[in-house]
Amino acid sequence: MSTPTATVSRAVPEAHRLDSLLAPSGPPRRAGALAASATFGWRAILKIKHEPKQLTDVIAIPVVFTVLFTYLFGGAIGGTPGRYLTTLLPGTLVMGINACSMYGGARLAQDLTTGVFDRFRSLAVWRGALVLGSLLGDAGRFLLAAAIVVILGVAIGYRPDGGAPGVIAAVALVIVFGLALSWLFAAIAVLVRDSATVSSLGIVVIMPTTFASNIFVQPRTMPGWLRDFVNINPVSHLADAARDLMNNTGGVGGPVTWSLIATATITLVFAPLTLHLYSKQG
Amino acid sequence: MFGRRDRSADICDRGDRQLEPPVPVSEATSPWQTGEHFSKTRRGVPAMLAGMSDMPQNRGPAIEARGLVKVYGEHRALDGTDLTVRRGQVFGFLGPNGAGKTTAIRILATLTRPDEGTARVLGFDVVSERNAIRARVAVTGQFASLDDDLTGYENLIIFGRLRGLSRSASKQRADELLAAFDLTDPASRPVGGYSGGMRRRLDIAASLIVTPDLLFLDEPTTGMDPRSQSQVWELVRRIAATGTTVLLTTQYLEEADQLADQIAVIDHGRVVAEGTSAQLKARVGSGTLNVRLLDDQQRSQAKAVLAGTLGGPVHLGADSLTLSVLLATPADPTDTGRLVGHAMTRLAEARVAVAEVTVGQPSLHDAFLALTGHPASPAATDHEDSIS
Repeated sequence: MSTPTATVSRAVPEAHRLDSLLAPSGPPRRAGALAASATFGWRAILKIKHEPKQLTDVIAIPVVFTVLFTYLFGGAIGGTPGRYLTTLLPGTLVMGINACSMYGGARLAQDLTTGVFDRFRSLAVWRGALVLGSLLGDAGRFLLAAAIVVILGVAIGYRPDGGAPGVIAAVALVIVFGLALSWLFAAIAVLVRDSATVSSLGIVVIMPTTFASNIFVQPRTMPGWLRDFVNINPVSHLADAARDLMNNTGGVGGPVTWSLIATATITLVFAPLTLHLYSKQG
Repeated sequence: MFGRRDRSADICDRGDRQLEPPVPVSEATSPWQTGEHFSKTRRGVPAMLAGMSDMPQNRGPAIEARGLVKVYGEHRALDGTDLTVRRGQVFGFLGPNGAGKTTAIRILATLTRPDEGTARVLGFDVVSERNAIRARVAVTGQFASLDDDLTGYENLIIFGRLRGLSRSASKQRADELLAAFDLTDPASRPVGGYSGGMRRRLDIAASLIVTPDLLFLDEPTTGMDPRSQSQVWELVRRIAATGTTVLLTTQYLEEADQLADQIAVIDHGRVVAEGTSAQLKARVGSGTLNVRLLDDQQRSQAKAVLAGTLGGPVHLGADSLTLSVLLATPADPTDTGRLVGHAMTRLAEARVAVAEVTVGQPSLHDAFLALTGHPASPAATDHEDSIS
């Protein structure tokens, strides 16, 4: 047979192939809550991979503030840039992670308004999985920001007395706090369903709590009302806790405890709230 | 191209398969993993699966909805919609924009709760047994979409994982579907850059990552060029031929005519007519008499003659030479020919010069006009798309 057979249109799926593919798949399976959350986490990481420019802030903020404050103000505030860096670097670790804690929420808000969200909802998966997945994406950003701060610090002369264990403990503590903030922004995302609003609200929350803290300067010279705020600001306690752990100055003391209490409180309020608001949608 | 006849043959074939005896459990060592077994399990072995808590209690219709009402503010998107879709059917939901089609799909796919009325999908209640439905149906359409930032391959993997497939099974299934849908080349590019036809093919592939018992297709070809449209039609036919029930909504009369075994015409949230394409056409009348004249000066004369002999309203065509009359369904089918002959005789007696005479089935367009009182063009009040 020499009839031309190669001209069959490839645009229409080859019939037999599709027919065998469409054989019934058997009783329905369900993805477990963990597998679904991990899948959404993978999706969040893929979105970062496809659009790396969303990491600009994650990288730029800790680098700029560490370098700027160390060399510009370090001598004036701490005597020498090197001495100041010991106090500053654990603080910019806190800042770097807090500053990118709203991205997961902003992404989540975007997801909620697109058609793909409806498709996710049409599947038999645990509803909280999308939110947990967005937190996993945040965790990825936090790890990157933490790595950048620590490597930069070591490169410009920071030597943590707490050694690797101290640094790891500090990074873990700050990331856990960052995830608590992620819950806060996830709650906002579910409420406002607009990523630009989540980002703006993020700046409104993050900027004052970062600068009105002891990250850059100790509150001794501040007016009383501001000093009071700085002293109760959980970001100050977190920065102190990171200093204690990284510089081996206080070990697991009051600041670490206060940080964990703040983390637990924010999480316990906003995680259930987010999941409740989210499950009410539609 | 597959005609209607081919598909009815498929339906018969499916009927035969239903009669096959159940496979004894002991024969299959791993009953959940042999495809051969599935094709039988799915059609006829509910007993074996009765241990599963969410098995349907009966093998009734794929969809059974009674008195569905959904109100958005002032707008009654659904206003007492009744619907019955048999298993294995391609059911067409035909209506203009804003008629309530998307709202109906959202309720049946458990994305929205009805304000009133009840619906069972594959035997499960759309409100109280949502997860059982979600595990068995797939939604493709204008509102349920894909991740533009991710590649086609990644999209399919994600849906595979979320459908409970293992990582390796998801990858294998994604590769197979991409190959079958001719999407292997663009699979590694972000979906945002796909053409409309590619995107919709991937969209449908994502719904087939685990073969659903019921597939919702919301306006599958809206805005597509004719070539992509016919590709999607061909796909829908193939999916239906393998036994999946398909509920599709469309604004296109031709699409419903081409694909659907059964059509419900929906208008202002109510089903105004239901039947096969042929039945709907028959409800409107037994046919249409189309007359083309030689001389446009004679059209008003011809109109008077046809109105006098056939009774029905005479429709004047867009050009100045044609007229058409919807023929009433006579008690005796042979009367149609007699009536038409009589009309032709009268025209000849009136010395009207006729160039062409045809008698045909009324188009679905005629049917829609007759059933709803207005043409099936997109309505000005487009509520559906703005509400989600």
